[in-house]
Order: sequence, then C-alpha cells, then structure tokens
Amino acid sequence: MNFSRRETMALGAGALAMTMLPVQAFAATGDDAIAEFTGGADVMDGGVTLTAPEIAENGNTVPISVEAEGATAIMVLAMGNPTPGVATFNFGELAGSQSASTRIRLAGTQDVVAIAKMADGSFAKASQNVKVTIGGCGG
Amino acid sequence: MAEGVRPRVKAPRSAEAGEVVMIKTLISHKMESGQRKDSDGNQIPRSIINRFVCAFNGTNVIDVTMEPAISTNPYFEFEATVPEAGEFQFTWYDDDGSVYEDAKPVEVG
Repeated sequence: MNFSRRETMALGAGALAMTMLPVQAFAATGDDAIAEFTGGADVMDGGVTLTAPEIAENGNTVPISVEAEGATAIMVLAMGNPTPGVATFNFGELAGSQSASTRIRLAGTQDVVAIAKMADGSFAKASQNVKVTIGGCGG
Repeated sequence: MAEGVRPRVKAPRSAEAGEVVMIKTLISHKMESGQRKDSDGNQIPRSIINRFVCAFNGTNVIDVTMEPAISTNPYFEFEATVPEAGEFQFTWYDDDGSVYEDAKPVEVG
C-alpha cells in the first residue's frame, strides 16, 4: 500500500491529535470539578477573597484563607495538582463569618482557585497564582 | 485507626451571648495523599481525614470536605457565633472509618 504525501501528512496530524488528547483530558479535570460544583451556572469574578502567598517555599504546607460574605459554601481548587480538589467549606447556621483558613499541598507553581456559592444561588470566583519552590507531591 | 492521632482545639472558655469567636483546630494525622511511592516504588495507599465538622449544641457551624491536597496535620481556623452557654463539638472522619472527637464547653456572661 502506497501513501501519497498528502495522506501521510493527514496520518501524522491524526497521530499528533491522539497524543494531545490525554493532556487535554488532564487539564479539564479542574474545570470538571468547577462545573460539578456550580451545575454549569455562570461564575462571576469578585465577591470572594482568596489569600495565598505569592511564593511558597515548601509546597507541602501552603497557608491559604478564603472569605466570601453571604456564601453558603466555598470550594478551593489547586488547578495544577494531580487531583485538583482541595477542600469545600460548608458554612452552617452558627458560622460567625464566611471565612476559613487552612494549609494545603501544591504540586508545583500553579493557580489556586476559590469558588463561592452565594445564598442567592449565584457563584463567585477568585484565583491566585502561587509559585512553589519545592513541590508537595511524590517523594 | 491511624496511629498517633490527637485533636487539639483552641476555643475561648467564655463569651458574651451572640459574640463571634475565633476557633483554631489542629489534628495530628499523616494525611497520606495516595500519590507518594515507597522506596520499592510501590504506591502508598491513600489514608486521609476526609471530613471535619464543628457544631455548637448540635447546630452546625462549619462542615469541611477534605481532599488529599490538605497538608499533614490538618489545621483549620474559622469563626463561630455563640448564642448561649453550651459546648462546641468537633468531629473528624477518617478514610478508614475512624471518628475522632473533641468538645469545648463555653460559658456565657
């Protein structure tokens, strides 16, 4: 079976697309988690405050805090981690404020995203890039 | 049950009725993420605390769903309203089914 130049090029392009697929699927997991949390609703920027260091020397323990007045839940995602989910804070009746602080692991330099679910059903988003000197995964 | 798990909670002993107080919790736990490998190259299975709940006299304050990206010895800091005298209850749920509990009484006045 002989291939013309055109057919060979098409095959090459197809093979390239195949190798790209898993990479795209991996990148989409963070977005999938967001879609699952919001149910596909629009997410506005602002209304939620995410505090994280610009540079974290140790990715094993990165202090972060989130705050969103009027939120019922805040989800935190590390978009570059092998599993992007970090934590979801659900605020109860006796929550003194819609804020919380914790320490998280980051695999490398990446964006940390906080999505707040407001009492009226809308969603707000904040994101910050954190540079990580030593990653917090593997070993 | 994971070894050496010890919850520690910092909460005020007394408060005014309706006052918002700061609560800090720390529980010693290795929080094995399931990503690491041992010296033979075998995956170390995931073993984390997957949920933390704080309640006051049975009314929910905060309920946190935790993923492997939470650091070793999970630490949480948050605020709670104290409507009356009573007790804060703290509960941590382990992957292996263990439940760790702590409680802090609060006086009003």
